[in-house]
Amino acid sequence: MKNTSTYHKGLAVPLNRDNIDTDQIIPKQFLKSIKKSGFGPNLFDAWRYEDEGFPGQDISNRKINKEFILNQEKFTNSDILISKKNFGCGSSREHAVWSLMDFGFKVVIAESFADIFYNNCFNNGLLPIVISEHEILTLLDLSEERKEIEIDLHNQIIFVEENEIAHFEIDPFRKKCILEGLDEIGLSLTHSSEIKEFERKHYLKSPWIFNKESN
Amino acid sequence: MSFTLYDKLWNLHEVSRREDGTYLLYIDRHLIHEVTSPQAFEGLKLAGRKPWRISANIATPDHNVPTTDRDKGIAGINDEVSKLQVVTLDDNCKEHEILQFDIHDKRQGIVHVVGPEQGLTLPGMTIVCGDSHTSTHGALATLSMGIGTSEVEHVLATQCLKISKLKNMRVNISGELQENVTPKDVTLAVIGRIGTAGGTGYAIEYTGSVIENMSIEGRMTVCNMAIEAGARAGLVAYDQVTEAYIKDRPFTPTGDQWLVAKEQWQDLVSDSEAQFDKEIEIDGSVIAPQVTWGTSPEMVSDIDGVIPEPNSESIRHALSYMNLEPGKKIKDIKLDQIFIGSCTNSRIEDLREAAKVLEGKKVSESIKRAIVVPGSGLVSQQAIDEGLDKIFIDSGFEWRAPGCSMCLAMNPDQLGDGEHCASTSNRNFEGRQGYGGRTHLVSPITAAASAVEGHFVDVREYLS
Ligand code: SF4
Repeated sequence: MKNTSTYHKGLAVPLNRDNIDTDQIIPKQFLKSIKKSGFGPNLFDAWRYEDEGFPGQDISNRKINKEFILNQEKFTNSDILISKKNFGCGSSREHAVWSLMDFGFKVVIAESFADIFYNNCFNNGLLPIVISEHEILTLLDLSEERKEIEIDLHNQIIFVEENEIAHFEIDPFRKKCILEGLDEIGLSLTHSSEIKEFERKHYLKSPWIFNKESN
Repeated sequence: MSFTLYDKLWNLHEVSRREDGTYLLYIDRHLIHEVTSPQAFEGLKLAGRKPWRISANIATPDHNVPTTDRDKGIAGINDEVSKLQVVTLDDNCKEHEILQFDIHDKRQGIVHVVGPEQGLTLPGMTIVCGDSHTSTHGALATLSMGIGTSEVEHVLATQCLKISKLKNMRVNISGELQENVTPKDVTLAVIGRIGTAGGTGYAIEYTGSVIENMSIEGRMTVCNMAIEAGARAGLVAYDQVTEAYIKDRPFTPTGDQWLVAKEQWQDLVSDSEAQFDKEIEIDGSVIAPQVTWGTSPEMVSDIDGVIPEPNSESIRHALSYMNLEPGKKIKDIKLDQIFIGSCTNSRIEDLREAAKVLEGKKVSESIKRAIVVPGSGLVSQQAIDEGLDKIFIDSGFEWRAPGCSMCLAMNPDQLGDGEHCASTSNRNFEGRQGYGGRTHLVSPITAAASAVEGHFVDVREYLS
């Protein structure tokens, strides 16, 4: 029997593909926004709709691509996304994370993530979890069966119906940030005096780095 | 102790270790463009914070700017949403007194072309930008990485990046390239070999005779696509070629500073005993011109190859999107559009080489549109001074104003649904160059020769 603290429990949608890039997660035309919110309706836009999307349009008139997994009735109300290798590759756009969260996703589970995307997740409180290929396959099947997936972040375990499916690794501090929502900049600024001291020496050594105007 | 180039650059910039075990790495240069910065400036304002060191920051609009009607400046941007983003960059730069090469400035261009061109990218520096292709600058022995918008805000506020150490990978490309095989083919061949996740968690240092004999612009093309191999940073050691490139650029140090700098930069090489966590050996003499056939840069083939069998869901999906049949020859793929540009291949050498192929020739009647977009205002001027614009125009290419343009098609330059494009950019993702567009990544000379023929050609035979 398990003895857990649940971080999140929910239904998952299986996106059974490698190399899902951030251009797919949120196509470029939506990057024109200067806000962090409102990207949810255009998440996976080119796959979700049959027509081409553009910013500010009324989505209620758009033709839905019924084939795409996010549109299948079976998978509505999912807030966990499961995918395969190298999820979030390509462009550094943080809009990808904002759109996944705006849509309602709380957790993304994959075999591996691209580096920048992985960082962007933590900077916004979207939990990325890495597990093995064979554990992913198990979860893909269980999500097809609409089993609820439970994430115990404290013990770093994924459960389905009280059975342990996978154990995952996560950096302890990042875990803390996700749980407590720490202010990264504030924390770094507690090192201000070290940064200033570094800067002073750096300047003495390589002053050209600090040159202001064009020569 | 022996160190890799990456280790040395890291050691020169490590400020402190945070309690979480990550490091604060001091950032010398922060490049800013209009798409990934507005939310960062807003975050700064909301928290009541100020940029740490204004002189570290340089901005230029590139993603949204139109490549026509540039004399109109911001008024020439028809899309209101795009315009707001460019205006917001203007406002933020003015408010914080950040140097910007704005839409009217001769120096405006793609941020990764502008940095090196101005000498804002100097050996030994750490450079970040809210843009994954920041890896480009590693060609000048810098540690350069793309970051997300939260990190842009963090760098603005603290002048540091919060980061864990990457692992070291060396990709050694030995031998000599065949004639008309270019840096673009080299970088695509590396991705084909290690895959788009092959470099995840690593900084890749490119070494070997092929790299040593390459120009800085060529090295930039190679490092530019390190990110497509999954690596956050690409690197090339400092040498005489680097020094010659850097000398006399507007922001390059002069006088005594130049002498001291040159001396320091000599050390920007991996020690001969340095250990790499992973080493890849590639024989440069067998690299053929490369063409991507799928929707990920690793879906790449030699020019004389064929479309592969769909043995995975990813390939099946890609072939259906690209409308290509297994067994079809790469050379038989018919093209609708040609794009020469992007931070991968829009520098003067790229334009010279493409122009050489096009001189006295005409773009095939079957090509609907061929455009060339120089990487910056200065590249454009140089090309015009050399008469390259004329060669492009005479052959049937449209000569455009600098920007990202059809690399990601945020401006009006886009592919039509279903169109195949030979593109010198770096990403062939679905819809990247326009809704339903089908992108094939190639070198500038392959793009130019294929424009003339209307389908892909092997430039080794074609130009011999
Ligand atoms: S040219 Fe393309 S890849 Fe380069 S910065 Fe612009 S959009 Fe990004």
